Amino acid sequence: MKYLPLLAAVVSVAGLIGCGEKAPPSVKIGLNAELTGEMPAVGASSKNAAELFVEQLNASGGLTIDGAKMPISLNVGDNGAKADQAAAIAQRLISQDEVLAMIGPNASTCAIPASEIAESLKCTMISPWSTNPKTTVDATTGKSKDYVFRACFIDTFQARVLAKFVLGTLNAKTSAVLYDVASEAPNGQATLFKEVFEKNGGQVVGFETYTTGDRDFSAQLTKIKAANPEVIFLPAYYGDVPLIIEQARRLGITAQFVGSDAWSSPDIIKLGGANVEGAYFCNHYSTQIATPIAEKFVADYKAKYGQEPDDVAALTFDSMGLLAQAINAAGKVDRQAVRDALAAIPKYDGVTGTMQFEPGSGDPIKSAVILQIKDGKFVWVANAQP
Amino acid sequence: MDFAYIVQQAINALQLGSIYALIALGYSMVYGVLVMINFAHGDLFMLGAFLCFLIVSSLAAFTLPFFLVLLLVMVGIGLLGALIERLAYRPLRGGPRVSAIITALGCGLVIANLTLVRFPYPQPMPQLFTSVSYHVYGVTITSLQILIIGVAVVLMLGLDFLIRKTSYGMAMRAISFDVKTVPLMGIPVNRIITLTFFIGAGLGGAAGMLYGTAYPVIAPSMGILVGWKAFIAAVIGGIGSIRGAVLGGFFLGAVEVTAVSLPNVPSTYRDLISYSLLLIILIFKPHGFLGKAPNQKV
Amino acid sequence: MATARSIIQKVASWRWVVPTLVVAGLLFALLADYRPILNGYIQFVLITIGINIILCASLNLVNGYMGEFSVGHAGFMSLGAYASAVFTTKWMPDNAVAFFPSVVFAGLVAACVGFLLALLSFKTRGDYLAIITLAFLMIVKSAFENIPYVGGPRGLLGIDKSTTLAWTFFWVVVTLWVIRNLVYSKFGRAITAIREDEIAANAMGVRTREAKIIAFVVSSFFGGVAGALFAHQLQFINPSTFDIVKSTEILVMVYLGGIASLGGSILGAVIFTVLSQVLQPLGTWRMVILPLLLVLLMLFRPRGIMGMKELTWFLPKNELDPTRKP
Repeated sequence: MKYLPLLAAVVSVAGLIGCGEKAPPSVKIGLNAELTGEMPAVGASSKNAAELFVEQLNASGGLTIDGAKMPISLNVGDNGAKADQAAAIAQRLISQDEVLAMIGPNASTCAIPASEIAESLKCTMISPWSTNPKTTVDATTGKSKDYVFRACFIDTFQARVLAKFVLGTLNAKTSAVLYDVASEAPNGQATLFKEVFEKNGGQVVGFETYTTGDRDFSAQLTKIKAANPEVIFLPAYYGDVPLIIEQARRLGITAQFVGSDAWSSPDIIKLGGANVEGAYFCNHYSTQIATPIAEKFVADYKAKYGQEPDDVAALTFDSMGLLAQAINAAGKVDRQAVRDALAAIPKYDGVTGTMQFEPGSGDPIKSAVILQIKDGKFVWVANAQP
Repeated sequence: MDFAYIVQQAINALQLGSIYALIALGYSMVYGVLVMINFAHGDLFMLGAFLCFLIVSSLAAFTLPFFLVLLLVMVGIGLLGALIERLAYRPLRGGPRVSAIITALGCGLVIANLTLVRFPYPQPMPQLFTSVSYHVYGVTITSLQILIIGVAVVLMLGLDFLIRKTSYGMAMRAISFDVKTVPLMGIPVNRIITLTFFIGAGLGGAAGMLYGTAYPVIAPSMGILVGWKAFIAAVIGGIGSIRGAVLGGFFLGAVEVTAVSLPNVPSTYRDLISYSLLLIILIFKPHGFLGKAPNQKV
Repeated sequence: MATARSIIQKVASWRWVVPTLVVAGLLFALLADYRPILNGYIQFVLITIGINIILCASLNLVNGYMGEFSVGHAGFMSLGAYASAVFTTKWMPDNAVAFFPSVVFAGLVAACVGFLLALLSFKTRGDYLAIITLAFLMIVKSAFENIPYVGGPRGLLGIDKSTTLAWTFFWVVVTLWVIRNLVYSKFGRAITAIREDEIAANAMGVRTREAKIIAFVVSSFFGGVAGALFAHQLQFINPSTFDIVKSTEILVMVYLGGIASLGGSILGAVIFTVLSQVLQPLGTWRMVILPLLLVLLMLFRPRGIMGMKELTWFLPKNELDPTRKP
């Protein structure tokens, strides 16, 4: 009994060290995704798209490393949509699994801490879906991070697009905001929207919060109802939106609902039903205005998984594409070389549009679309250029 | 801040409070007979909503009446609660109290994660009840809210009747009074305890189904926070006391809604205000509103 | 086999075993920090084990030795994490020597709050105290969410990676040493007496109030220390990291390893951390199997694997079984 702890410690350390598989040589890419937790649909989309990309790339031989073709393999880690778990997975993927680069996390709450790890360990990270500006910007110096990139637009742009849409197309002067104070992306989007909306002559008559996991919003909504806004801006993840809108309608609120790209999962229609009909939100792409590249992707994804890909899937596919192009350009399994090649990509034609990174920044120049939920589907309404 | 606003928030508080009260009842009942905190209770609550989902989706061919499904859910979760008691709690009944509590915690985690394995995505709750909104003098009340409050009140009254007017109820009260003497009086202690768990879990399951009906997106994680909050409600009211649980539940609902509805206070302060208030109450009334300080023999 | 056994026994009972292990461990840790003998992930796991040992041992003091049921330990961790993070990022940024004082500061901040909690515990006991600790945990979380200076709900970024293996090892040794000496002192006896029967202890003249204060203060101090180490390992903290789930994890570790046992705290921390990492490929099933194992453990060993027993290395001489061969 005395030696049990010692024995246990020895066994576990040995087990950890011994934990390594002997697999055929391949280029290892890490995927840090939200497979469980608050937004499993986001993680699933990301994983599906990544696996589709790997399958297609390997079918054509793989990447060109040192002149020869090499397949790529995917190391998937689940961050459970939690910040500390995301950081731990990043550590594991980069240090233990020794991936060449990491794709993800998607949620900003996870992407920001993971990006700190990637930056300090000098490993390239591309977040497909994180729109919060902080992901690619160093918190202390205010400068861009060297190793962290993203495939989507950032919230400063998105807030502008949405504010202009509400003031212009919807012709609404008053709005209220309800957001999850504990989650990065909604929080940032709410604050930025308020700033831009007010700067352009609108009035934010209600600015209410809830916290992740809450289900009862009647108190906040009653407060908002009293302020009588024309539009309610709801930058919330797809799980919260149906509840909020349902409770609002029950209370007799007739305002128009507008959301951010956090809405983008098709599950929102499954969970929200008739309540979410007619609401608008901002997104990264639409299957309806597809380029040939996008159409092929949509068809392949549908054939393999039986459903249309959402924006997370499209952006993940593009992230993988960007990475593959960079690795091919670098020609070797070297993290620094890959990073430099990625930053220097002149043009990448992706599912979500044509992309390149501004010099010295990890943020691409992208445009956005406004979609509406109509007849149980996402319907394209307008484009928004930067 | 007019009268209609206050009444509206009061209705919100009543609805939230009813659900907390139903769950708190389960905690208090078990504590009353076994002096044990059943931490798996919050997850049984969550399972109530999912059981409803399962029943409706597997019998999708029939349109099932709301109350039938409610009854099935209550019985189903009640049986599960009794089963857990039989398998996990009874063997520990003479031992250190803390082990029973940890076992309960473990059981709760197992239930929550098994549900997560089966349902990794949040699910829409089946709508067995079409709600009608009534607008009266600027206040909105829906038939759903009336249903929830009504069902909760009926169940609470039923429980009160059971405790005070039936022999089973008397046996339960006897056990909470002195568990060692009771078997000497010819009362089947094990059976009464199992029945207590059955009823307590059944109430929790009912609360889960009502909660799911009120907030129609259900996910396995919803049991944890609500479970702990209802536990606080039970303690505030005085754990072990049935009336205390009801009082505590409504009180917590009122506190949470009030904290958000205060006119110039941002809603981010909700949790801070609620829990600070609770803490202060516990400092001044350490055994809750209706709880009694246990007599300790030295 | 007999000779191997007796050699091990002889080595294990040598007076200088523990100090030698400590020095060897410290040297190894320093080496691992400055030379790449262990990969980053293993270092990460070892540091996590160290932090968990500190959390486990400090909670064991209140929950195990004193017999209370505190579920608020993550709150002390949170206070310590924030205190040290603010210290190193805002008050003394880019300062190599700031780390050690920040950890001590973190412990002190947590200890002050622990002191308040101890005062509250005079009037309440048992399950009511559990609720107070739960309310305390929620209040800490909510308070940090509303303080913009520490980043509000989005937390603090950009914390230096100051937690090295050597520092972790150092603090683990300090924690175990302090708690071990406390437990076998007269205050320790008072703490154990409170667990067994508080009223009787009071009647016998045991100074229960002092003992409670000391237990809570020491426990929360090291909870804060663990939080500080955690913050400087993860480089990012937010209020929701330190929630009831975290507290539950610490509780599980304590009861897994064994209550009222420092060896048990080490064991619980090691097993839990290693299993959590190793079972990762199982996905959600991991969190079904772990608690199931816990339930089974409770049914067969209700006090935890090493509950109420202790590693002989930790026992002072006069506690050792006199019939043992020296």
